[in-house]
Amino acid sequence: MREIAAALVTEAVKKMTMEAGVRLEPDILAGLAQARDRETSSLAKNILDLLLVNADIAGREKIPVCQDTGVAVVFIELGQEVRIRGELGEAVQQGVQAGYQDGYLRKSVCDPITRVNTGTNTPAVLHVELVPGDKLKISVLPKGCGSENMSGLTMLPPSAGIGGMQDFVVRQAVNAGPNPCPPLLIGVGMGGTFEKAALLAKKALIRPLGQPHPRADVAALEAEILTRINEQGQGVQGLGGNNTALAVHIDLFPSHIASLPVAVNIQCHAHRHKEIVL
Amino acid sequence: MSLLSSPAIMDQLQEVEIPFAPGVIESLRAGDLISLTGTLFTGRDQTHRRMMALLDEGADLPVKLAGQLLYYVGPSPARPGQVIGAAGPTTSYRMDVYTPRLFELGLKATMGKGSRSLPVREAMVRHQAVYLAAFGGAGALLSKCIVAAEVVAFADAGPEALYRFVVLRFPAVVINDVHGRDYYEMVKAGSGASR
Repeated sequence: MREIAAALVTEAVKKMTMEAGVRLEPDILAGLAQARDRETSSLAKNILDLLLVNADIAGREKIPVCQDTGVAVVFIELGQEVRIRGELGEAVQQGVQAGYQDGYLRKSVCDPITRVNTGTNTPAVLHVELVPGDKLKISVLPKGCGSENMSGLTMLPPSAGIGGMQDFVVRQAVNAGPNPCPPLLIGVGMGGTFEKAALLAKKALIRPLGQPHPRADVAALEAEILTRINEQGQGVQGLGGNNTALAVHIDLFPSHIASLPVAVNIQCHAHRHKEIVL
Repeated sequence: MSLLSSPAIMDQLQEVEIPFAPGVIESLRAGDLISLTGTLFTGRDQTHRRMMALLDEGADLPVKLAGQLLYYVGPSPARPGQVIGAAGPTTSYRMDVYTPRLFELGLKATMGKGSRSLPVREAMVRHQAVYLAAFGGAGALLSKCIVAAEVVAFADAGPEALYRFVVLRFPAVVINDVHGRDYYEMVKAGSGASR
């Protein structure tokens, strides 16, 4: 057994939370620059330039890239040979709370009925998965909810097939219009059950931007859906052009013979994520 | 302001003072790129709920909205020495149910991001009001266009407090003009992307 102190988890989560709020990762910066280079609308090209300047100001002056610094979604892959000294869940929540406080990030979490702000941006949404090995992998995805609100899930009959799945994903992205801050990253979960599909869609977002699925048929689907979305012409901020989405990431899981769940998790261009392996 | 001169778009904006001088609102056209200078108020979900509760009680709002621009934003906290943290727009449709009532009080403009409902669009024509979109996800850059910020009401609501901002060359796009045009619809119909 390898032992990891809970305090180490708190420190890592705090640091990643603070960093993610103000600094876009190289994959998303490259994605925005590539979008600018292939953009057909001069207005959209100008806005993409403005977004890159925004990212630069944010990183240099430690001002959040977007004021919606999100609800913190934390994925943990816990090696079965790791023993946490202390309480893992509590360690994550403390890290999130400290990161939002010390990083001057906005606290956006409230009671769903009273709407009273918890004041700490906790609780974070934590997903823990047991995996082989003696490592602990932590991914932090501060999720803005302008885009989260445009997400959706459907339980298709298997007869709807790939075509039905594609239509749903395209419709979800296009109907969202300017609301979720395009250009978007589209996470798709296909198969599994109701909750599994949603989780797959969320987890698909943390794959490096534009990295195709390892299965060739899935990668082809990703490319086809991306083309269909971008052909609709809504573009950056819904103001026109050929960059409504930067990438489509699909993840799969076998489903019941009666079922084809499809979940679409929409992410904005201010896609913030960090990960570390302890 | 040198940072803001770098994106080319900042040089293409039509300067507009807020609150609006007579005739200015009527002159704005869907698709116009403008930059706002002057004062505005902010509010988002809870701000609106609280304002509605005050109106339901027959009480006055903490600020006079007549002639003003209301910006849908929940800023992040300012670091020491900063005027405000990131302060880009939030999605506007969540305020749709409240907006016509504020037009009745003389509110002349709202600013956020994303489409408005048909009732809000109709109310804008009726009340000769406009809707502007700020650039979503550009909160760090937009914070540089805010030269003063103070909480004027609902301080306990944190990011959902009602602020007064003084803005200087704050960029925006006219989405809905007083003539009933909607720039997002024009883009969808293929008549907006000619820039």
